[in-house]
Amino acid sequence: MRALRSERSLPRYAAARVAGSLAPGAGARVGPLELVDVDPPALPGPGWQRVRPRLAGICGSDLATVDGRSSRYFEPVVSFPFVPGHEVVGALEDGSRVVLEAVLACAARGVDPPCRGCAAGDTDRCERLAFGHLEPGLQTGYCTATGGGWSEGLVAHASQLHLVPDALSDEAAVMVEPTACAVHAALAAPAAGGVTAVLGCGTLGLCAVAGLRRLATPGTLVAVAKHPDQRRLAAELGADVVVAPAEAQRAIRRATGSLQVGAHLTGGAEVVLDCLGSSASLAESLRLVRPGGVVVLVGMPASVTVDLTSLWQRQVRIQGSYAYGREARPDGGEARTFAMALDLVAEADLGRLVSALYPLASYREAIDHAANAGRRGAVKVAFDLRGERRR
Amino acid sequence: MSPLERGARALARPGFVLEVDRSTPPVLFHAGEGFRLERLPVGSRVVYPGEPRAPLADPDAAVRHALEHPLGECEPLSALLRPGMRLTIAFDDVSLPLPPMRRPDNRQRVIEAVLDLAAGAGVDDVVLIAALGLHRRMTEAELRHAIGDRVYDAFAPDGRLTQHDAEDPENLVVVGHTDEGELVELNRRAAESDLLVYVNINLVAMDGGHKSTGCGLTTYASLRHHHNVHTLEQSRSLMDHPRSALHRSNWRMGRLLADAGIKVFQVETTLNTDTFPRPFSFLQTREWEWSARERASYLATKRALDLAPGGLVRPVFQRIEAPHAMTSVQAGEVEAVHAATLAEVFRQQAVAVEGQADVLTMGLPYICPYNVNSVMNPLLVMCLGLGYFFNLYRGRPLVREGGVVIMTHPTPWEFHPVHHPSYIDFFEQVLSQTTDPAEIEAKYEADFATDEWYCHLYRTSYAYHGVHPFYMWYWGAHALDHLAPGGVIIVGGDPRAVRRMGFKPASTLRDGLEMAEEIVGRDPAVTHLHCPPLLVADVT
Repeated sequence: MRALRSERSLPRYAAARVAGSLAPGAGARVGPLELVDVDPPALPGPGWQRVRPRLAGICGSDLATVDGRSSRYFEPVVSFPFVPGHEVVGALEDGSRVVLEAVLACAARGVDPPCRGCAAGDTDRCERLAFGHLEPGLQTGYCTATGGGWSEGLVAHASQLHLVPDALSDEAAVMVEPTACAVHAALAAPAAGGVTAVLGCGTLGLCAVAGLRRLATPGTLVAVAKHPDQRRLAAELGADVVVAPAEAQRAIRRATGSLQVGAHLTGGAEVVLDCLGSSASLAESLRLVRPGGVVVLVGMPASVTVDLTSLWQRQVRIQGSYAYGREARPDGGEARTFAMALDLVAEADLGRLVSALYPLASYREAIDHAANAGRRGAVKVAFDLRGERRR
Repeated sequence: MSPLERGARALARPGFVLEVDRSTPPVLFHAGEGFRLERLPVGSRVVYPGEPRAPLADPDAAVRHALEHPLGECEPLSALLRPGMRLTIAFDDVSLPLPPMRRPDNRQRVIEAVLDLAAGAGVDDVVLIAALGLHRRMTEAELRHAIGDRVYDAFAPDGRLTQHDAEDPENLVVVGHTDEGELVELNRRAAESDLLVYVNINLVAMDGGHKSTGCGLTTYASLRHHHNVHTLEQSRSLMDHPRSALHRSNWRMGRLLADAGIKVFQVETTLNTDTFPRPFSFLQTREWEWSARERASYLATKRALDLAPGGLVRPVFQRIEAPHAMTSVQAGEVEAVHAATLAEVFRQQAVAVEGQADVLTMGLPYICPYNVNSVMNPLLVMCLGLGYFFNLYRGRPLVREGGVVIMTHPTPWEFHPVHHPSYIDFFEQVLSQTTDPAEIEAKYEADFATDEWYCHLYRTSYAYHGVHPFYMWYWGAHALDHLAPGGVIIVGGDPRAVRRMGFKPASTLRDGLEMAEEIVGRDPAVTHLHCPPLLVADVT
């Protein structure tokens, strides 16, 4: 079968890092990612099934990997070579369509008894990502044993699979995984009726806006978006105030009734969702959050440099938001994040965020498009594997 | 020969309407900190202002005479002054006149004369108040320019020169409600004085009368009764007092003050239209009468402006001081004084115009009432064009209902962060959602008006009040209601800023006229408002 595979190659990784720093997505042309013919992954054991990807999205973390920007933190929890792609809607051998909960937690790894996180249902907090009968890999798409979505076949454990209702299109279904990440972030820190700011309106930011509006109590929801199409979508998905990055501080000041001292607000947003994960966005988040507020890191950061004085003096909490697991529902019950994401994708019509589909053979163009999605008026770019010829 | 010299030698020629023919030279359009010469289509009309009327030969003597020969039911000022009384002198702020006039300013002349009389009468308790309304505070330099160094140095050091603070509850007092339920709040010192002398400069017919006190010494709670969309849509025009709902409201408030026993002694002064100093005299000379020197001046100035970096151009314009000269001064009871003032203003500014145009063109200059020593931001461009210039009429607007206005101005997306903080937020956060005045008023005004940060900046820095950008937008509400949808075109404007306001950008006047034809039809009747110097069109 054909697959896009990433090898461990330090020279090519270095080349990707240089190219990616010059032009986002350029790492796909010189880096370790290549289109190859490979054998389908073997089934690791009972409870595993073959999945034929239909659509597989390109995520910001994928782009960081392609451009050599990922943190070395991931080295022990990734196994090479791996096939990227964790945003997947695919078909089982019986033809039923599924979406993939990509985290490879205790159940998939055959770890029994499960770790504390998995025992509580919080698979996003799994403590055994490099253990059990699988190779290391925090998710499908980073594990050599499972394959990934950017291919014609992968294997998935039953605990990872969610059936897709017939009414949901493939385009909508491929949005379920990133939407689950956004739902998890949206519910990470309740704003209790204050002001919630979403910084960055790519896929994660827009889905977070949708999630906050429908599943949380964000108070006044302020979305900060760089590109006009992103601003339009943020408003459509439920943001109360939508502004350009240069306008963010003034918008938050006004929405919160804050005063200002020098370049800093005296108050600010109750919660800021940083969906960008850069030094600049974290610094901006700290400028926008109120004393005692919470900054939720949603976008995957790498090494960042930021002045933490205001965090210290204003007693701000920074909280990571990774993947998905279970969520406390507003009605007091609990639900799997994926189940909530499936509903949200349908309710908010998030399938409209899929802007372009590419065959695997055009992966360089696809990655270039994804890396420049905002300025090209796109949100989610995905591989379309429905037309790939099975070998 | 400057226009003033020309006017002084012979009787100043009144304004008139020129019909453009093949021999008509290109017409000057102001365009912010620059100018353009444009050829108007044959058959277009150009409304020119009158030449500057001869000034008073001895303005100081005229002021003294006016104070002692009041109009209306009012005693001479000297008879109203007595030892032990509380005397307050309020004066118009930095928004008047435009451009700032050469020293001595009319306010200085009048205030010095009033103070001389007060000193002679043994009045010790005298306080001066800059009647800011919701405008920004004046700087020391601006105050010195307006009232003179002698008055400033006598009153400022011990705190007797104050600036009205519409957000200081300790120094405000509720006078009452008009018979239409309008709340009247007033500066406490002014309200509790034995005599309030208001010193005005009347640049246009909108200024003065009860509006002086009714706007300059009141609060948002009072102003909101007449500074709102409904009132301004029903002010047709702001220069035509009997047909202005805004003025009717101010008059009700002014009469309430009188009924409440607040004694106002109004002093109003008028100016001629000698607006630009010699290097810029071509701006107020009819193009076919430009002297060789004026032609050379135009070319040199245009060339220099085109080559100079933006940062250098603005200070040049901000240093312009108008050679405006006082043409009349009258004092006494407010309404009688204002009637005389209006007669003088219209003697200088009125121009008879027959019929309305399909398209009205106007060149917007670098200055308006709210950007003295500041930045002409896009909201001020809108206010100057659609609020002030559009309203320079009596009878009917210069452009027909459903017509188009074409304005020339670069309209940069630029704001003065100290003077106009709430303008920035209004432009970014309100106009990005809607440009409809009524919707803006309903959804956003209260938030901005009560925003603690804007209030803080208004009171302690040099910021316009938080609600002020709303008034800029409302000022254009009558024009927006009158013109065709999409009927505002800005030539040479920053397209992003122009579109944010719901207007259309055009790169040349020819393009603008073609765009206008799509709305009003082929071969439209075009009228150009050749302004400034200021004029009021009597449109029949």
